[in-house]
Amino acid sequence: MSSNYIAVIDYHMGNLRSVEKAFQKLGARVVVTNDHELIAKADKIILPGVGAFSDGMKNLANLGLIELLNRVVIVEKKPILGICLGMQLFASSSREHGYNKGLGWLDAEVEKFDFSGINDVKIKIPHVGWNDIKLINFSSIYDGIINGLDFYFVHSFHMVAKQNIVTATSNYGYDFVASVKQENIHACQFHPEKSQQVGLRFLSNFMRGEC
Amino acid sequence: MLKHRVIPCVLLKNWQLVKSIGFSSYRTIGHPTSTARIYNSRDVDELIVLDIDASLGDEEINLEIIADIADECFMPLTIGGNIRSLDDITAVLKAGADKVAINTKALQDSSFISSAARRFGSQCVVASIDVKKYGDSYIVYNQRLGDLHIDPLSKVLEYEALGAGEILLTSVDRDGSTLGYDMKLLHYFKNKLKIPVIINGGMGCPDHACEAVNAGADAVAAAYVFHFTQYTPNDIKRSLQSNGIPVRMN
Repeated sequence: MSSNYIAVIDYHMGNLRSVEKAFQKLGARVVVTNDHELIAKADKIILPGVGAFSDGMKNLANLGLIELLNRVVIVEKKPILGICLGMQLFASSSREHGYNKGLGWLDAEVEKFDFSGINDVKIKIPHVGWNDIKLINFSSIYDGIINGLDFYFVHSFHMVAKQNIVTATSNYGYDFVASVKQENIHACQFHPEKSQQVGLRFLSNFMRGEC
Repeated sequence: MLKHRVIPCVLLKNWQLVKSIGFSSYRTIGHPTSTARIYNSRDVDELIVLDIDASLGDEEINLEIIADIADECFMPLTIGGNIRSLDDITAVLKAGADKVAINTKALQDSSFISSAARRFGSQCVVASIDVKKYGDSYIVYNQRLGDLHIDPLSKVLEYEALGAGEILLTSVDRDGSTLGYDMKLLHYFKNKLKIPVIINGGMGCPDHACEAVNAGADAVAAAYVFHFTQYTPNDIKRSLQSNGIPVRMN
């Protein structure tokens, strides 16, 4: 197979079909797989995911994907986009259900939303729904997407990262990281595959862009 | 900040999408996939589809049509219709839904709400309840079980405690009426719940949506207004926005 396809990693964490069909709609060849060779030969990689951090890391380990992804992403610098849980797994660690080690590609931690300092009974966890993002540190993945547009979020945990890799924030009780970029590594907390036109534009930019 | 949502809520009956009036008298809206495609192109916030053949006839939910509908949706999709087991939920999510609406089963066995929330996450579980006026107050109504002399608010508080992520609150009396949402019902529920309430049944014009949000609804669901009047979901949202209510206007 020629290296002209996007590999969506199936590590048994969440609805892959939505991500697959979003890229299909954009005209990409997509392969949903956990096959090492197919992932290694892909043009670009997506790590989606909904669920618990520890389950995500465990599944990646069981499928032998951690070493493979370290090689393909860190050494070979293949472009990768992490979505929701996928984004969080790029961090060094997460506090979900105890301390869990992540892939460690980003100097970042994952923490639960903490509204103990905020006096608003309506702020519930998880953060679910359409929320607007604020663009920070220009990234071509937001090409054609103006500041303040809404994306669809559904999560209880969020990344805490150094400002220099943050490309967008959103606000839920307080400002939190909505997306990051570090060289070939991109990640977003929202679900672009569920964010209608603006989400498809985001995915299209990842697909076509020089990432 | 989180936005208030406008959500088309349609019924699946006999492989067609239909609209009811007062939970009877069904009118055909159109073919499921083309209707879903139109809603998607109208950039709606979410879509709710309830398979009433499944729920009324105690049959299996139509996974084939659900998958076809899901393929057209690049926004969150909630599916309901005789969801009775964790396997049913797994199948519906696999077909492409993001959330499931649980109605009859929750009335028969409310612990199902907590099993579902534990397995799939609260954000996936929409507790759906249909409500009828009864004198000066309200009772729960279910198309299969009939009038149930249960206070809807107590039931919904129970669902919230068990882990439901949202409530879909439908007024049988206002269904398809275009007379506006039941304000008294909304006031009865106002500030009692921490989870979002989607009010359903009665929207006839944009003003009704504004009234409902100001009376405490987190989201407004509708169908009749979108198919049998000139108003589109964006008309509703423009009106909400001009009344200072935060909505998604991409």
